[in-house]
Amino acid sequence: MKIEILGVGCPKCKQLTANAEAALKELNIVAEISKVTDIEKITEYGVMMTPALAIDGTVVSAGKVLSKDEIKKIISK
Amino acid sequence: MSAKSCMCQEVGLLVFPCSGSSDVGELSDRVGRTIAKCGQAKMFCLAGIGAHIPGMIESAKAAKKIISIDGCPVSCAKKTLEHAGFKVESYNLKDLGFEKGKTKVDEDSIKSATSKITGGKIEETISRSSDGCCAK
Repeated sequence: MKIEILGVGCPKCKQLTANAEAALKELNIVAEISKVTDIEKITEYGVMMTPALAIDGTVVSAGKVLSKDEIKKIISK
Repeated sequence: MSAKSCMCQEVGLLVFPCSGSSDVGELSDRVGRTIAKCGQAKMFCLAGIGAHIPGMIESAKAAKKIISIDGCPVSCAKKTLEHAGFKVESYNLKDLGFEKGKTKVDEDSIKSATSKITGGKIEETISRSSDGCCAK
């Protein structure tokens, strides 16, 4: 599983990263978390609002900081 | 947009014109751009919603309110957004007095349609704006 946090690095992006890390830890899943901070790359995903979360290349959320539980729910689907 | 600028500001209003190929389609596009230029809303790509681009769908979900501007009664913008599951406040230029095939797209029609959609708020914005953002 590949998880990407899309955003230029503001506190919201950092919070989303922390929540994603916590969600993975609780689910006992080892996954690569990477940050996409380049705006051109972010817009290539069609994302106009950050922070956004992409799982295996698909954007599952944009413009909000998902909680750890919300991320767990998405990953578990 | 500068490389350092953040895209995490709260999203208020998103505007989706149909941007169709007819005169009223063009007018819808120009009206959408005028509203966006004045900072009253952010213009968004209807094609991205129709194409089910996940990033665009998720970005639109972050908006507090979505409005569609259709040029004609076929209402493609409204239907595309509703098909994607969005609740939309819709405007149709036909209802505002603009007939398909008989509408001249010029400053007057753009101003008139924009004013009808924004309830005259566009004039307030023009008068407040130091650079006359949408006056041209």
